[in-house]
Amino acid sequence: MESESGCEMGDIRVLEIKESVFADNDKRAEELRAELKEKGVFLLNLMSSPGSGKTTTLLRTIEALKDEFKIGVMEADIDSDVDARVIAESGVKSIQLHTGGMCHLDAEMTRQGVEGLEVGDVELAILENVGNLVCPAEFDTGASKNAMILSVPEGHDKPLKYPLMFQICDVVLINKIDVLPYFDFDMELVEQYVHKRNPDARVIPICAKTGEGIDVWAQWLRNEIANWRG
Amino acid sequence: MHELGVTFHIMDHLEKVAADNEVTKIHRVTLELGEVSTVIEPYLQSCWKWAAAKRPLFMDSELIVETLPAVTFCEGCEKTYPTVEYGKVCPHCGSEETYLLQGNEFNIKEIEVE
Repeated sequence: MESESGCEMGDIRVLEIKESVFADNDKRAEELRAELKEKGVFLLNLMSSPGSGKTTTLLRTIEALKDEFKIGVMEADIDSDVDARVIAESGVKSIQLHTGGMCHLDAEMTRQGVEGLEVGDVELAILENVGNLVCPAEFDTGASKNAMILSVPEGHDKPLKYPLMFQICDVVLINKIDVLPYFDFDMELVEQYVHKRNPDARVIPICAKTGEGIDVWAQWLRNEIANWRG
Repeated sequence: MHELGVTFHIMDHLEKVAADNEVTKIHRVTLELGEVSTVIEPYLQSCWKWAAAKRPLFMDSELIVETLPAVTFCEGCEKTYPTVEYGKVCPHCGSEETYLLQGNEFNIKEIEVE
């Protein structure tokens, strides 16, 4: 700016920010996590690519746990309320969040969703994030735990291609194991790849369609909620 | 992949910064972008142009992106190497026990305002 110093543009100044673009969201996420803890609401952030069976898995999860916990579901989509209606038919409280074209949910949008659920009577809130393996991984929603679904037709190399998603997940559900005979999907290799990214992640094979493995997944959730409650 | 989303995040944040510092106009925003962050600069520039035209504070503002090189550390031989060229496997000793030292940053460095 040396050429402009002293002229009418002299009012221009430089403000140092030095902050990560995600810092603001991370802070809000921490605040939301603390608030939900105080209210006794366990928030599960469920992520996956489109078509991996999130909604069907969710229906199975609700079926397995609805007698033990008061469940609320937030369905995030760019548009439409198809999923929220399906969930509502299962008898749990469900609301639709529209991201307005955005490819992920951030902590602020999650907060609005939680408020929409009126958490007063919800013990387990499940957030079905936008179907996408990239963006949701970068924006902390304030969830207590992160889960993702990888379906067999997507291939066992996904943990290599979307490392951040697998790094931030506490549990990876391998869905659609009923079609394993028809795909070159290596279950041992996928576990290796996941653990390379995240040694603590639990890998659970399931089939949401037949219900296989859902008991293991439901037990994982029960344990996590119990630990979280302390 | 989410250039428009992060553009909105940056602008929302800077609008708050502007309000706190009695800023009426932002002329230039400088970002630091790691080589292996998930943001693609040309996309970010077009999103910026589009969004800036809709917000008075950012009208005609310039976006400067400074690239930070990606560097990976090898636990095997304790050396570093350029991530983009060699990826996960250490070129010095062939080990796969490596992790990213820097290169996924996405920071707002400074803004030029009046």
